[in-house]
Amino acid sequence: MARATLTGTRLRERRMALGLRQADLAAAVGVSAPYLNLIEHNRRRVSPLLLDALASHLGVDAEALEDGAEGAQIEELRAAATALPGNGAELDRVEEFAGRFPGWAALARGLARRAAGLERAVEALNDRMTHDPHLSDSLHEVLSAVASVRSTAAILAETEDIEPEWRARFLRNLHGDSERLALGAEALVAFLDGSDRAEAQVVIAPQEEVEAWLAARGWHLPELEPGQAGPAALEGEVAGLASAAARALARDWTQQMARDAARVPLAALEEGADPVRLAASLGVEVTVVLRRMALAPGSEAGLALCDASGALVLRKPAEGFGFPRFGSACPLWPLYAALGRPGSPVMADLQAAGRGGRRFRAVAHCLPRHPEGLGGVELREAAMLVMPLRGGGAQGGTAQVVGSSCRVCARAECPARREPSILTDAVMG
Amino acid sequence: MTSHVLLIEDEPNIAEAIRFLLSREGCRVSTLHDGIGAAEAVRAERPDLVILDLMLPGCSGLDVVEAIRAHPETGTTPVMMLTAKGQGRDREAAERAGVTLFMTKPFSNAEMLASVRSLVGK
Repeated sequence: MARATLTGTRLRERRMALGLRQADLAAAVGVSAPYLNLIEHNRRRVSPLLLDALASHLGVDAEALEDGAEGAQIEELRAAATALPGNGAELDRVEEFAGRFPGWAALARGLARRAAGLERAVEALNDRMTHDPHLSDSLHEVLSAVASVRSTAAILAETEDIEPEWRARFLRNLHGDSERLALGAEALVAFLDGSDRAEAQVVIAPQEEVEAWLAARGWHLPELEPGQAGPAALEGEVAGLASAAARALARDWTQQMARDAARVPLAALEEGADPVRLAASLGVEVTVVLRRMALAPGSEAGLALCDASGALVLRKPAEGFGFPRFGSACPLWPLYAALGRPGSPVMADLQAAGRGGRRFRAVAHCLPRHPEGLGGVELREAAMLVMPLRGGGAQGGTAQVVGSSCRVCARAECPARREPSILTDAVMG
Repeated sequence: MTSHVLLIEDEPNIAEAIRFLLSREGCRVSTLHDGIGAAEAVRAERPDLVILDLMLPGCSGLDVVEAIRAHPETGTTPVMMLTAKGQGRDREAAERAGVTLFMTKPFSNAEMLASVRSLVGK
């Protein structure tokens, strides 16, 4: 069937737009109403002469009725059908399909485009995991050092009559390999944990895009303070984000920041202020105050926001306090204690796991919401403010040792551990 | 007869450990630290076994294996490949290139020695 069959749909749309009855138009051009009906439903081809007559009565050019954007759309449908061989699509009737069912055809094109986009994303992710030179180099370095250590250590342990000079040489080799291993492991952790490399990644999650943008702005947007231009002033920057999802997230987030700014003036955020008291005095939720404290100009505090699933929806890092890039965070974070006790503030002193881990005071709070009213779903939004304690890790007192996520946490014998750490079992086991 | 093993490994500490183990096993071991000229060395030395790393400076271990296999005088020389890249496709690529035995790092000394004995027919 020729592409001109789509002409029927356009004829019908034009006639109906003009309020003409099918029978009247048919009579005007000298054909029967049932025949025009078949033409309009793309069941019959229309001759050039008849098309000219119809176009004349409808007040349009015949060419406009013959060709349109449908050409590209049909090509897109053909491409979608051929991309999946053996799917049984009637390629010889693609134009009829597009003409008779434009909505379904648009859906098919949309799904094909979405599938192609997802395939590209999967390919890019797979490529990154497989071919990322940094990851590959770090893993190769670690495994090579481990291979050498294992072989050398076994020689020293199992060879009873080893000559002293060989023993000394192998001990030197072991020392050198242990240094390499430490460097390789550090590089690996930096990669897995490395928000500082986010801009270098082939694929960056929308949330990471937004966080990178906010980080570049120092995590404070003065345009959103009361009396300033507001979110509209940031539209140019938001529009420059790479993905549509990131742009949507950024718009939501700037709206949220503007609402927060209107409710908690910067002047109220004194250093050392009690966020719970401050929230009560201002008549706002504690989570709003925690966000404002973390995102005030020059604030050193980190901020983690999560939903009821525990997924981190925003991560503002604090120096010395690691936030996971992928997967779940440390279950010992007060954020999760607060998530389980909505409305009750949770405060705890924390020490980052690992040698020389710094100390922080964390304040967390969870706000339940019921957007569907009584009987509807309950949503939870939890926030955790992480403030560095003066003196780093030098002061006394007890502090909960926490990590960023199990995979890159050095804490031994942790009761909350979900999986082995690459710093211990996974590499050396 | 003493078996001759040509070891091509760019990690000096691993090469030293393997050389020590094979020497105590009674093998004569010669070493190279990169893949450049490795195929020519195999033709010249005619070892009973070649042990080589997959990732070598200058030239991939797979290229070395293909060059060894391509030459009629060395085409049947057993080749054991050591690598930290143990993924399925790496093994498949090694098999296609003509590797006799594929061993992932880190390996145990006993495992490596057992493989050498089987490949040199001791």
